[in-house]
Amino acid sequence: MSDAFVDFRGVWLAYSEEAARAEDYAVEDITLSTQPGEFIAIVGPSGCGKSTFMKLATGLKRATRGEVRIAGEPVTGPLKIVGMAFQAPTLLPWRTTLHNVLLPLEIVQPYRAQFKQRREAFAERARRLLATVGLQGYEDKFPWQLSGGMQQRASICRALIHEPRMLLLDEPFGALDAFTREELWNVLRDLWSAQRFNVILVTHDLREAVYLADTVYVMSKRPGRILVRREIDLPRPRDLEITYTEPFTQIVHELRARIGSIRRG
Amino acid sequence: MAASRNPERFAPLLLLAILVLFWELACRGLDISDFILPAPSAIGIALVEYAGPILFNAWRTFWTTMVGFALSIVVGVLLGFVIGSSRFAYAAMYPLLTAFNSVPKAAVVPILVVWFGIGAGPAILTAFLISFFPIMVNIATGLATLEPELEDVLRVLGARRLDVLLKVGLPRSMPYFFASLKVAITLAFVGTTVSEMSASNEGIGQLLLTAGSQSRMPLAFAGLVVIGVMAMAMYELFSWIERHTTAWAHRGQQPS
Repeated sequence: MSDAFVDFRGVWLAYSEEAARAEDYAVEDITLSTQPGEFIAIVGPSGCGKSTFMKLATGLKRATRGEVRIAGEPVTGPLKIVGMAFQAPTLLPWRTTLHNVLLPLEIVQPYRAQFKQRREAFAERARRLLATVGLQGYEDKFPWQLSGGMQQRASICRALIHEPRMLLLDEPFGALDAFTREELWNVLRDLWSAQRFNVILVTHDLREAVYLADTVYVMSKRPGRILVRREIDLPRPRDLEITYTEPFTQIVHELRARIGSIRRG
Repeated sequence: MAASRNPERFAPLLLLAILVLFWELACRGLDISDFILPAPSAIGIALVEYAGPILFNAWRTFWTTMVGFALSIVVGVLLGFVIGSSRFAYAAMYPLLTAFNSVPKAAVVPILVVWFGIGAGPAILTAFLISFFPIMVNIATGLATLEPELEDVLRVLGARRLDVLLKVGLPRSMPYFFASLKVAITLAFVGTTVSEMSASNEGIGQLLLTAGSQSRMPLAFAGLVVIGVMAMAMYELFSWIERHTTAWAHRGQQPS
């Protein structure tokens, strides 16, 4: 389809030329495409090339074979229309929460050129964004004065401040306790519902994937391949209550069984 | 009482007092001659008696050390920046610099004398040569240990290498930098003193040598005390600056 946003066509990646010659690929033959504004999740066992997939989707790595197109354009280098967040919040400890969130605007064009003149406007925008994730009142705190969940909220704000068209999340809630994690699911759900950016969520957590995503992809052990594509037809808006319903648990079970068979295989 | 609220602060003073007292009692009790080991009281008397020459020489040692130290900050930061930000430069320069650093600096002093003559030149350069290495290594470490995820976040935004270095690398290496200053300043005093002992007519090193050759041990010990005090004072100054500029790196020790 030509109107796909993320479009992988038979993508293979080896990390070096020697690896390519030895047929040692990190991911093999990835083909997938997403609709604009679609929320996809990628699940799979550790070391299955999920992070490699992220690097391909952001242009940090070029495909060894095949083609990656984002928003209709072939990817040839780092993509500025992307925001990223990881399991570790990677906030800068010498900057306040507000200034951490502002960091991308100091770097990415066109904001970079306007940063000095429009500093106040940008700070206001960062404050509003922080407020939407429940961090009002913490703008001038330093990261080490925040809890893990708050740091991760700030990290997501940093990924979104330049209004990227695509958000890439690499196990963003992996290090949080169960309650905080579920809270942040809803934070992410609300941000996405309001702004409808494209999301690629890489996770180990099947419930997380099924709760948040429109489509879940299951990857195999290294070399990573996509084994299953599962559309999640649960109605939106979804609420945490849904995770206790029969259709939800059925989907999770089904995916769990597939992953179980990969691990035994 | 203040001491009971913050015993750590007074612990070094207390330990010093105990050591000095023990030393004094040992010298008196065992009747040790001033020519072997002067008692603290004899050193104190020498400090007062020769206050003029000691101050004169201490000032000389102090400013030559500071000039050499300033040089080593400039060179150490620049080299650290280059080595820490380029793997190629690291591979090319690090082994050579390590070899250079292992050369005993006292052995270099005669060469410096040939080049610069007797005086402040060799002292400044010895202080510089001995103290730039830890500064360089620490700056390089701070830059080289950047989290790869953070670099990805910035590179996706179109950050240039220089952006990453200035926005993240340099602030991040500041705690390493200050830690290295504290080590480097004490080394710089060693360098100056060693150089003055063979290549100068002034300075505490020269005072030590003269006092030693005349067997005026209390004066020699007074010189050692002065060097120790100067180095410690500068160390404390850099600790203070460190605490007030990179507090974020020392949050564990701060009351919240």
